[in-house]
Amino acid sequence: MTAAALARRWEPVVWPLLTGTVLLMAWAMLVKLSGTDVFPSPLSVLRGLGELVEQGLLWRYLGDSLRRVGIGYGAAVALGVPAGLLFGWYPAVAQVVNPVIQMLRPISPIAWIPVSIVLFGVGDMAAMYLIFLGAFFPIVVSTMNGVRNVPAIYRRAGRNFGLSPAALLTRVVLPAALPQMLVGFRIALGIAWLVVVAAEMIAVDSGLGYLVIDARNAGKRYDLVVAAIVLIGLTGLALDAAIRRTERFKSVRWGFRNAA
Amino acid sequence: MTSSPAGTPAAPAVASSDKLRADGIGMAFERDGGSISVLEDINLSVRDGEFVCLLGPSGCGKSTILNIMAGFVAPTRGEVRIDGEVVSGPDPRRIFVFQERGVFPWLTVEGNIGFGLFQLAPAERQRRIAHYVALVGLQGFEKAYPRDLSGGMKQRVEVARALAVNPDMLFLDEPFGALDSITRLIMRSELLRIWEAERKTIIFVTHDIDEAVQLADRVIVMSARPARIQRIVSIDIPHPRDISSRHYLGLRDGILEAIGLAHKV
Repeated sequence: MTAAALARRWEPVVWPLLTGTVLLMAWAMLVKLSGTDVFPSPLSVLRGLGELVEQGLLWRYLGDSLRRVGIGYGAAVALGVPAGLLFGWYPAVAQVVNPVIQMLRPISPIAWIPVSIVLFGVGDMAAMYLIFLGAFFPIVVSTMNGVRNVPAIYRRAGRNFGLSPAALLTRVVLPAALPQMLVGFRIALGIAWLVVVAAEMIAVDSGLGYLVIDARNAGKRYDLVVAAIVLIGLTGLALDAAIRRTERFKSVRWGFRNAA
Repeated sequence: MTSSPAGTPAAPAVASSDKLRADGIGMAFERDGGSISVLEDINLSVRDGEFVCLLGPSGCGKSTILNIMAGFVAPTRGEVRIDGEVVSGPDPRRIFVFQERGVFPWLTVEGNIGFGLFQLAPAERQRRIAHYVALVGLQGFEKAYPRDLSGGMKQRVEVARALAVNPDMLFLDEPFGALDSITRLIMRSELLRIWEAERKTIIFVTHDIDEAVQLADRVIVMSARPARIQRIVSIDIPHPRDISSRHYLGLRDGILEAIGLAHKV
């Protein structure tokens, strides 16, 4: 292996590790120098994480948050994709619904909290409904635009080979739109993970968002607050990395300009 | 009229061997309240198994004629009949090979070539794919995706995808226009080889005079917009053609003259 190839292998690992270490050290120093007794040091956050593991809360809360995202996001995909296909396929329908979508889209899902509590009561359903709302619009819009942007030449080729409308949809339009849809799926997953934290602060009594608010309320345990924040960040990173892997499938890689 | 999947071209019931007849085709587009005439009074008949080139300057409407013949666009006036039937839409018996490459980027070479074979049993499908992969010389690239192929290879995939469904006509819209000149020459002789092996009726649109004279049985010379048929030149030279022979050059110069370009620059 050449030196350059070796450098390519260790650089993506070493630089983030180095940055992380420096930031952790700066954090520890600042806590020490400022003499704060509210904000925890990295070490006490680590101890807090250990405590959460011992109590069995860490995996339960993480699992609860992921489950809510899974169901809310899953519902958004299940309903958003057919809706987007429909709107993209029939420009007339898109013309009717697009203004409504564009108006609803910029509303933060947090604004729907009172509505969702009225509809579903305080509980899992309310939280999952908010996640659904946050993820639904990016999925609909990216699917709709993906379908609209399918080059006419692909549709013509499909029709030329005698495809029925249903086959044209599944064998030409869907695969041609998929790269753009995946971009929407990724944005929607990021939003879903943002929303679950907010929703859990209000609607339920488990999950990482609940951990943040509960640790503060029950005895101002800021070590646990920060531990929860770190967990939220790491899980978000893992979710994004997981969904980015789908861009590497060969049947969609053509649609991503910079994909390796 | 039924398609002939077995590969034997259906013998016409009548002795007339006209594969395609265009009668009084006219096309006008509405624009800015006015109407722009693109095609006027196109009358043409093409024999079964004939190789015809539509030759004309860019934007003259020759692609529009091809789209009308393939059934993608309805003419404003007149009608096109293929095997006696009026063309009313695209049909797998006649495949259009696109100017911009229409190869599907989400499918492998195999997947593209087998795209139109969904009605066949898997074994027959595989056999057909293998045959056409070999015919266009893409062995070893069966599992490759289009993004990993050169322009010429993608064009071969598209031609193979068209041939695999065993159509009796091919419409080619400047298929080699985006290729470099060497690849273009290779692709021309490949197309002739395939045409001689499979004897499809081919209608080939080009703005390249040499291409037309090298390939076609007859060259249909179009005028600038609104396009009319200006002259029909029969190229009575057997393949392979000697492109430096006096007869070839004479035919080419005749076409140049018809277009209004004397053979000097």
